[in-house]
Amino acid sequence: MTERDITESGVASGTATPVVSLRQVRKVYGSAAGPRTALQDITFDVARGEFACVVGPSGAGKTTLLRCLAGLMPPTSGEAMFEGAPLRSVPAGIGVVFQDYGRSLFPWLSVVRNVDLPLRVRGVARAERAARVAEVLTSVGLADAGRHYPWQLSGGMQQRVAIARALAYRPDLLLMDEPFASVDAQTRFELEDLILRVRDEFGVTVVFVTHDIDEAIYLADRVIAISKSPGVVTEIVDITLPRPRDQIETKRDPAFAAYREHLLGLVMSR
Amino acid sequence: MPANLLPYLRLAGTALTRAWLFIVFFGVWWFWSAGSKNLYFPPLESIVKALWTQWATGPARAELASSLEHLIVGYVIAACLGIGIGAALWSLRYAREATSPYLYFLYVLPAPVLVPAALTLFGIGFTMKVVLIAFAAMWPTLLNTMDGMRGVDTVKLDTSKSLGLPRWRNLLQVVLPAAAPQIVAGLRNSLQVAIILMVVSEWVASTDGIGYYIVNAQESFDYVDLWSGIIVLAIIGVVANLLFVAVENRVLYWHYGARAVEGASR
Repeated sequence: MTERDITESGVASGTATPVVSLRQVRKVYGSAAGPRTALQDITFDVARGEFACVVGPSGAGKTTLLRCLAGLMPPTSGEAMFEGAPLRSVPAGIGVVFQDYGRSLFPWLSVVRNVDLPLRVRGVARAERAARVAEVLTSVGLADAGRHYPWQLSGGMQQRVAIARALAYRPDLLLMDEPFASVDAQTRFELEDLILRVRDEFGVTVVFVTHDIDEAIYLADRVIAISKSPGVVTEIVDITLPRPRDQIETKRDPAFAAYREHLLGLVMSR
Repeated sequence: MPANLLPYLRLAGTALTRAWLFIVFFGVWWFWSAGSKNLYFPPLESIVKALWTQWATGPARAELASSLEHLIVGYVIAACLGIGIGAALWSLRYAREATSPYLYFLYVLPAPVLVPAALTLFGIGFTMKVVLIAFAAMWPTLLNTMDGMRGVDTVKLDTSKSLGLPRWRNLLQVVLPAAAPQIVAGLRNSLQVAIILMVVSEWVASTDGIGYYIVNAQESFDYVDLWSGIIVLAIIGVVANLLFVAVENRVLYWHYGARAVEGASR
């Protein structure tokens, strides 16, 4: 469905409102050395249920893009929209997972209370809250870790808590900013499979920012490649690898190697 | 040697490594001052007796009680004002930028010089002492609260926004807890200032309190009582600090736990 609704420019042509749409988004930072353009004319849509990965070298404004998408920062010009409405602040339907779990989790709250917090904010009834917290913690494989504090867990488990917290209030869109960049390779593969599984389970649309091309191809329905200074969209690549994906089988597929070669060329060329 | 004695011996050993200087100090004082006829340097034995007859069972108990009353009321007010005003100034940018030079000016002002002014404004009673303690002890907490809240990790603030926390929840459930280690450090400084101001406010034109008792003893050449007052002050300081640390360890359990993990993984 997603591939048919989206034209080559990345803009949805169908009637359904895309979850995310960016129109000529530009972000300029003022600095001592003069204005610096982090993002230039970024335009693309993400359809409901889609898994979109944004790849680019470091310094390509990936985090800036994600902050604009989340409504944490307004673009200098252009428009960032969520479900058809321009973003002014973070809407209730967006969940964000940051790279550094050590900084995004609240160390003064236990795992359960971390996950429970957004539900309290939304006024969910007590019994319902307990059920949902248990549900998401089970989904991320942490059913027994609830009473611990985040800092008592390993890095991979802490990022699972952050994912559970972002899913607890059932957002329509999950934004992830290099979420697996600070865990070891083994854990990283586990977490990649975990995010694919919970994405199916919760039916959430995902925009996933990474600098790792393999990771982007492995996870995505579509890869949006952006280049460095200024960050512009160089190409949007549909990934038609079969699902469910498998760390060994998918990566052995000749098509996987072809995507990698193509994207690597795009990222390296600038 | 029976094996089950070993833990007790180890405990005694630990206690001894911590307490030996204390024991030596008071031991030397005790024997050196024994039978002293020097008016200014009375035997420790008679000072200890005075602690019992004056402070534990005698008339000085009233002075102790009123001093503690000033201290507790003044300190609690200082803590509330310090955290409250600090948090308010953190959230109100214009008020913060306009007031911050004056805050530091008042902070560096040595509080005891305010005693004469406080006397003329509030007289010599309870109010004067409590106001003085609260005013002087407020600053370390206030400034630490502001600094701590300003230094909260931006990722935590972004997280708070992305989870949809409204302003007041963000303040109470994210910013204040994140700043708590620094606020507690401020509260500890405030406690020390409060104890100093408790004594100083009782020195001048006062009719009660430990400070009054000490000055009174000095003026009547009663050096045994003078020394006993000083020891009582030291005991108040130690006990207050122990209570503070006990509360701190509970409140900041997560902070020390996380720091220990961080240190171990390095």
